[in-house]
Amino acid sequence: MLDPEKVKERISTALPGSEVEVKDLTGTGDHFEARVVSQEFDGKSMIEQHKLVYAPLQDWLKSGELHALALRTFSPAQWEKHRRS
Amino acid sequence: MLTQELRARLDEEIKSHPVVIYMKGNALFPRCGFSAAALQLLQPHGEVHAVDVLAEPELRDAIKEYSSWPTIPQVYIRGQFVGGSDIVRELAERGELAKLIKGEAS
Repeated sequence: MLDPEKVKERISTALPGSEVEVKDLTGTGDHFEARVVSQEFDGKSMIEQHKLVYAPLQDWLKSGELHALALRTFSPAQWEKHRRS
Repeated sequence: MLTQELRARLDEEIKSHPVVIYMKGNALFPRCGFSAAALQLLQPHGEVHAVDVLAEPELRDAIKEYSSWPTIPQVYIRGQFVGGSDIVRELAERGELAKLIKGEAS
């Protein structure tokens, strides 16, 4: 079974220096919510940003171990704006 | 697997409807909260062509390969892949979803 720490670790490793927060939405270890703020997202579309987060989780998504991941991604500038709004 | 036949079918389907969603379940009985949420956001903006990947199992993996996107639902607007439920929600919150569907996006 996955836990938020395992998911967070993979995202953090794939996107060094990013700020990652992962929550288990249902307590069943397969529905998670993640917020990721990364410099890597700068100038990228939402599709590209989400793909960067999905990439290190591919095998879990394929096996169904990770059934769902609600995702919010921000570049540092986008996050600053979001926090103030 | 994404066969040539399936690719052609997806190309055609996405081209011939302004809004297409590949989802789990159908409009009456969505089988996944994310699919239901995305569909609900799209419906006020006009006709949505909803395809149930649970009813057509060969599509379930093919569509992921087609878009290089690992999850379902997947939304296509005016022939373009837009993303999954989170992106649709984000676009709706920013007021960009309606523009995208109407073809007014910058």
